[in-house]
Amino acid sequence: VSSVASSRAKADGPLKLAVPRGALFGETLDLLDGAGIDTAELRGDSRSLIFEASGMTLVTMRPSDVPTYVEAGAADVGITGKDVLLEQGDRAVYELLDLGFGRCRMVLAGRVGDTKLGEAQRRLGMMRIATKYPRTAERHFEATGRQVELIEVKGSVELAPLIGLGDGIVDLVATGRTLEDNDLEVREEIVECTARFVANRVAHKLRYAEVDELTARLREASAR
Amino acid sequence: MIHPIPPGSRDVLPDEMRELRRLSRALIEVFEERGYGEVATPTIEYEEVLARGGDRDAAGSYRFFDENGEVLALRSDMTMPIARLAASRYADAEPPLRFGYLASAYRPVRPQRGQMREFVQAGVELIGAPAPQGTVEVIEVLEAALDAAGLDRAVIGLGDADLYRQLLTEFGIEGAARNSLLERLASHDIVGLEAELSAQPGIGSMQVETCVRLSQLRGGSEVLEEAREMDCAALRRATAQLQTTYEALAERGAADRVQIDLGLLRDLGYYSGAILEVYDPALGHILGGGGRYDGLMKRFGLDLPAAGFALYLERVHIAQMEEEQRRGRGS
Repeated sequence: VSSVASSRAKADGPLKLAVPRGALFGETLDLLDGAGIDTAELRGDSRSLIFEASGMTLVTMRPSDVPTYVEAGAADVGITGKDVLLEQGDRAVYELLDLGFGRCRMVLAGRVGDTKLGEAQRRLGMMRIATKYPRTAERHFEATGRQVELIEVKGSVELAPLIGLGDGIVDLVATGRTLEDNDLEVREEIVECTARFVANRVAHKLRYAEVDELTARLREASAR
Repeated sequence: MIHPIPPGSRDVLPDEMRELRRLSRALIEVFEERGYGEVATPTIEYEEVLARGGDRDAAGSYRFFDENGEVLALRSDMTMPIARLAASRYADAEPPLRFGYLASAYRPVRPQRGQMREFVQAGVELIGAPAPQGTVEVIEVLEAALDAAGLDRAVIGLGDADLYRQLLTEFGIEGAARNSLLERLASHDIVGLEAELSAQPGIGSMQVETCVRLSQLRGGSEVLEEAREMDCAALRRATAQLQTTYEALAERGAADRVQIDLGLLRDLGYYSGAILEVYDPALGHILGGGGRYDGLMKRFGLDLPAAGFALYLERVHIAQMEEEQRRGRGS
């Protein structure tokens, strides 16, 4: 039984696409260009958040806000990382397409050569893990039958184990450079993440022709 | 001085109450006109009775003990209470039975999401009228209710609850793997569906493509034509049934706002056959839903086919306001 939310954004006018700023921004724009959606304005130095392009409205936002806007119908469709969707798994959005770019891994990492993770597990029965992804981390440790204390941090999570906040971290790794620079190493891989194309439930039903057409264009562009 | 109320609950003040009353009166009037007499049932029931539908969620999320130690629960919708009422009070009555209601229901909320713990549903139950006539009747009542609410742009999605269960069985997938795939389909995680289905032993790319394509098939009657290109027994059965229902609706001039949706899958366990969802372009959320539950009444000792729908009154009210403003703007 889905609960009853009272949000009231509407699926009217030109199709609204939520575009993630940050790490996925560049490749998202390349993909949109490839799909025939002109992103020249978004590439400029405009401080605007909303752009009209090729008969669509492109709305730029933080990747972690994309599920929120799309679930409420404030954006009809959107692009965001699988890491965000996993962490916000209770958001009812339709995940239509794996876009393939923005590939990175969610990992458990500890200090190089340090035995703290294992020792904490053995002697205390519990690891302390710092992370920006508490729900994803919680699910991973639950699924692997281990108890952990999760410490949610907002900023650079690599800092935590270096100065004694936690025995290890769960974080997203693209190249591994940040881990390396901070004397950390991957201990376990949790899941691989890429950018995904998502849709609002009502928009997917009521604007099916537009949504399907855009999905097909994105699929084709991302396969190139 | 501010005295708090629990999150997910709210007060209704006179201006809103007047509008809600007007709306609910209009809906109840539609139900009554069509022979659906209004009933009320207790807000609290024995948990064991609500759980009889075989669905975990329908048993209610708020449970407590009475003075004798019996477990009571708040209803999560009106289908179970009315199934109980019909079986206990109308066992010997000549079917079909028709009931309408306007009632609060209770569901758990996730914090800070604007979700309501307590909300009002307006709906009908038609017990003892099989498909397709029973389904057609319920859809016609739903259309009249949407008209009465002024939601002339609302769309009713019509799908089949058994399609994927049967399709996966036909593919030779059973048990936990099937349930997991059904969950992917219900939440419309197409990426996950594709990956999980491909990993099943004996599943080829043809089957994956069929399943994924089906989940995206929605629109007018052309959808049924497209579905026929894919060859499997589950799909033949579902499309034949949907076609019968759709043609019966069309004959009565009631098919215009019905969208056939082979990707529709509601998460309530007791549905079988036709399922419905209601959308309005003014709102990003679903306005209501329903469908057939031909196996449910048997669990209450009255073996009759049944169908119904429920609209979320507060959401209909929001959509009504948005539509009025839109019409006011003349767009």
